[in-house]
Parts: sequence; structure tokens; C-alpha cells
Amino acid sequence: MKAFTTLTGIAAPLLRANVDTDLIIPKQFLTTLVRSGLGRHLFHEIRYSPEGRELPDFLLNREPYRQATILLSGPNFGCGSSREHAPWALLDFGIRCVVAPSFADIFFNNCFANGILPVVLPAEQIAQLAEAEGPLTVDLPAQTISGGGRSFRFEIEPARKTTLLEGLDEIKRSEANLADIEAYETRRRAEAPWLAVSGR
Amino acid sequence: MSPRTLYDKIWDEHLVANRADGTSLIYIDRHLVHEVTSPQAFEGLVLAGRALRRPANILSVADHNVPTVDREKGIADETCRLQVEALEANVKAHGVPYIPLLDDRQGIVHVVGPEQGFTLPGTTVVCGDSHTSTHGAFGALAFGIGTSEVEHVMATQTLPQRRSKNLRVRFEGDLPEWTGAKDMALRLIGQIGTAGGTGCVMEYTGPAVRALTMEGRMTLCNMSIEGGARAGLVAPDDTTFAYVADRPLAPKGELWDAAVAHWRTLASDPGAAFDQEVVVDLRGMAPQVTWGTSPQWVTDITGRVPDPAQARNAEEREAILRALDYMGLEPGTPMEAIPIQAVFIGSCTNGRIEDLREAALVARGRKVASGVRALVVPGSGLVKRQAEAEGLDRVFLEAGFEWRQPGCSMCLGMNEDRLAAGVRCASTSNRNFEGRQGRGSRTHLVSPGMAAAAAVAGHFTDVRRMEVPR
Ligand code: SF4
Repeated sequence: MKAFTTLTGIAAPLLRANVDTDLIIPKQFLTTLVRSGLGRHLFHEIRYSPEGRELPDFLLNREPYRQATILLSGPNFGCGSSREHAPWALLDFGIRCVVAPSFADIFFNNCFANGILPVVLPAEQIAQLAEAEGPLTVDLPAQTISGGGRSFRFEIEPARKTTLLEGLDEIKRSEANLADIEAYETRRRAEAPWLAVSGR
Repeated sequence: MSPRTLYDKIWDEHLVANRADGTSLIYIDRHLVHEVTSPQAFEGLVLAGRALRRPANILSVADHNVPTVDREKGIADETCRLQVEALEANVKAHGVPYIPLLDDRQGIVHVVGPEQGFTLPGTTVVCGDSHTSTHGAFGALAFGIGTSEVEHVMATQTLPQRRSKNLRVRFEGDLPEWTGAKDMALRLIGQIGTAGGTGCVMEYTGPAVRALTMEGRMTLCNMSIEGGARAGLVAPDDTTFAYVADRPLAPKGELWDAAVAHWRTLASDPGAAFDQEVVVDLRGMAPQVTWGTSPQWVTDITGRVPDPAQARNAEEREAILRALDYMGLEPGTPMEAIPIQAVFIGSCTNGRIEDLREAALVARGRKVASGVRALVVPGSGLVKRQAEAEGLDRVFLEAGFEWRQPGCSMCLGMNEDRLAAGVRCASTSNRNFEGRQGRGSRTHLVSPGMAAAAAVAGHFTDVRRMEVPR
């Protein structure tokens, strides 16, 4: 996973509540067998006409937002399905940071697995960032997001922060607990023998 | 030991290690796998040279993009076919148990797991699918995960987790006539909102929950995710044990007795502390219908499309206006006056035998209104077989419904079961997001009985006023 330290870039304000995963990447693109290439389908239904032409009014079809690396949005961002295609599509488009007043749990987890930083800020602060001229700078070590003369501090759980800063492989981290896993399995086999999948 | 909630007990039993960084490693007992969220996980394992730790603890099946007609002829859509073939190749290469497409046991992963006895009380169950919360009906801690986590579980049989908050949902009163688990779920979400349960595991309690069958409990827990919760739970009881007993993958004999003895201890202790509590009053509840593009936008069938002028703030007003525009609805329209063109009965929310029985009660001896296309898609091959044994397929076919092969179908329209733009659908599924059933389609979430009632009336109608034996 790509590490995340600081990021300076264009922030696209998509200030609506409950941006769901169907909106981020609709089902017809979920048949892919790979993680890459979903960026051009990001927000497909509100980005293209039914004939596949770009809708000129949509934010990400306009300059400078075509170059956006930060997305500002409303509460409960990423609600809906568990599809990791949603962060994959954001990442492939170039978005490395999503700022919202709140996130849906599974999407939030999926971000960290892909080197995307989800930042929780109050809606008023996000509105101020949306009005800021020029690029924003996200500084993960300092836990700030700033631009246009404003700067806000955000909270992030230390373990999450380390994961992003170091671009850690979570599986490798859990493999470090192999002895614990084996001990657990031995104990459970004795305590709860009915858990072995039987009958086949 | 101080009193613990059901969630606390399952957590404690699955704790492998508390790590220095404040996260915990939790053991995963059961892993359900389907074609859409697994290819990249298998690929990741192979690229990293990792093996599957416990392939026998996986159950895999293709459900999301499979055709629901003429399946014997193969999958026409090439990308769908390739994805199912990828799943078949992966499970073969890694020795993962798989239910083939033409097998009677095939179906929606959340219908199949319980049906096979794969889902057991007190276990941890994960799947790369948000509606994994369904399995919480058994008193299992069941939640949806992303593909990276699917890979993580395959490799280590664990997941790094943070403890969720305990939220108790207390349903007060008994269910009124012609209302059920779907109405309970919609009513709850209408009350707390789609983010109301964020960061929580919800335990459902109250006499109405105890009175629910396993099918009903699954419907209720299924929609926990729509209330923003990570998982839903119902403490296991005799109803649970009677359902699980003798299922193919369930423990047998002495193991069964030992298991039940343990499962009986899986209830929240008296005095256990919950971080939050929500009370939902079921008394006088009417059948529920959603009017907007979020499951929280729900009202009684006797209600009306809301007036944005009554919104609490500008933001909400704007959101309602956008939803009404998308849904093509005028404020103040009685719900019963809204015509529909499509009906979908199925999904992991309402695609089980009881759901089909409820719909068939309404459909029997009636005809689908002209101009309405109505689909019945059983949740699994076994549900389909059971329904056919009871003659429900004849009831539906004679009424003018289409009787399909099992799968997710029009719940999300990954296969060809999709709605055209502007088409309004009474659906027993769980999400009414923009474009969910097809670009520009308009979804209203209802119970199976209400969906069948809408099918024959051609508009939403109060099933309680129909002459139906119940
Ligand atoms: S039926 Fe619908 S909600 Fe359930 S697993 Fe399939 S697509 Fe998801």
C-alpha cells in the first residue's frame, strides 16, 4: 500500500449527505477482476449522460476539479455496500483524501486498506474549506488540513495514522501474531469442538 | 465478572490478541465468499505467495450477477460469465468448498449460509458484502468487509478490529396485523436515520423480536447496515436451535448438545451496560413504504409524500427536494395514489420461503395489474423447491408474476434484471438509492405482502384492506 504523509491538491466539493457506494461506482462496473481502471467510472451516473457523454455541469467534469486529489462531502459518506471498488475508483481517479462530517464504517475501513485518508471534520469547517481559493494541504503527521488562510486540526486513531504513514501491509502485521492465532485455534478446538465445519 | 452484553461475550470468545496499537485481533469462524468481491483477494494472495489458512471454513457461491432465467444455457453477459468462471477457478485452485450454479443449494449467500447450517450462534461470520449482518439473526457476530479484508481473513483467519459500541433496540408492543420484520426494520431506520447506528452493534430485543421466526429475524438483522450499524444481533433461543438443528453443516449428536448448552449462555446479562438505547413503539404501526432515495425516508402506507417546506433545515429541504425530483413525486401525494410499473419480490432481505408465502397469500386468485411487470426471485434453489412443493409457483404464474431462478437479481441489477429509467418499483429489497435497480429507476421498499398488493392493484395499497386469509 502507498504511504500517505502530506498532500497538496485541488479539493472538489461534493457537498451532499449520504453519498452511497452505488453512486460512487455503480454495479455495472463491479464485474472487474482487477483493482485498477475504475477511475473513469467514478460517479458514473451523475458524471455521464445515458449515451456516455460527460455532463458539463458535474463537478469532476470541470476544471480545476478534473485534477482533484481531495474530495469534500457531506455526512455518512460511503454508506451502502462493502464494495472496495468505491475506494479503488476514487484512488484511480486521483483522490487520496476524502473529508466529511462522518463516514460509513465499512467504507472508512476500506479507505485505510488503500492508502486513502478519510478525514472527519465538522460540516461548518468543510464548508469553509470548500470556499477556500486554491489548493488545500493535508498534513497527516501534524493532523491538519489547510488552505485559503484557514487551518483545521483533525483527529485520527494512532494505529490508523501509523498504517497510512508507513504504508503498512496489514496482513503482514497480523501474521506477526501467528503464535497467538495457533494457540487460540488449539484452545477453541478443545472448548468448542462443534465449530469445526462438519457434514461435508 | 461484570454483566456483559451478547456482543461483549462473542467479542471476548473471539479475542486472539490485544495489540500494542490499541486494536484487537479477532478470530473469524465462518467466511462466505461470492464472485464480485473475491477475485482481487485471491489474486492478492497469489501475488504475495500466501496460502489460505482455513479453506474449510469458507462457503462460496455465485449469486450477484447470475442469470435468473435459462441458467442451463450459461451466462450470456461476458463480463459476468468471466467473473463466475474466475470464482470457480479460484475455489478449485485453493480447495474452497463451492456450491455450483446449477446445484439446488445455490442462492444468495445470506440465504444459503443459514440454510446449510454454516451460520451458527455465537460465531463470527464475515463476507465481502454489507448484508452479512443478516446472520446476526442467529446470535452470530456477522459483518460485511472489503476485499482487502477478505484477503486478510483468507490468509490469517483473523481481522484487526476495534470494539464497537453496544446499542440496544427495544421494540415495544406486538406486531399489528399485516406488519412484520420488514416494517420493524424500516420503522427503526426511519426513526434513527441511516447513520443512526454508525459505530455500533445493535441488539434487537422485545417481545415482537422473540415472536419472530428465524426468517423474520434475518429480515430484521439484514437491514441493520441500512441503519448504519456494523452488525445486528438477536440472542439465540429455542426458535434458533429448532431452525439450525439437522442442517447439513450443523453439529450433530453430542456436539450438538454441547453446542446448544453453550448457546443458551449467549444472551445479554441482566444489568449489562449498553452505550445507547433506542425504543421503537410498534403499537398501531401500519405497513411501511419508502418514498425517497434512502431507506430512512419512509412512511405509513396511509401517509403522504412529505412536504419539503416542513424540513428541519435548509440542508434537509434540499436533500428532500432532490429525492422527490429523482423519484418523480409531488409533495402531499397519498402513498396509495402512487402508481407502479414493476414489482420485485426477492433478495436476501425478503427472498425466503415465508416471504414467498406471504406474497402468495395476496396473489392467490388475483391478477397482476396491466402494465405492471412483476418478478418473484427465490433466495435459493432450496427456497424455490420448497415453494414449488407448496404450489406457490403456480399461484404466482397464474396471477401473472414471473417465476425465476435464484440470485440477487433486481435487488441490484448486476445481471440483466434491471429497470429502465423512470420505472417505479415496489421492491422487497433493502436499498432504494438512486440507480440501485437500474439507472434512473425508482425504488420503494416494502414487505412481500405489500409488494404483492401493489402488483395486483397497480399502485401502492394498504394490504390490510384486501380480503386475504391470514
Ligand atoms: S440480494 Fe441484494 S443486498 Fe442481498 S446480497 Fe444480493 S445484492 Fe446484496
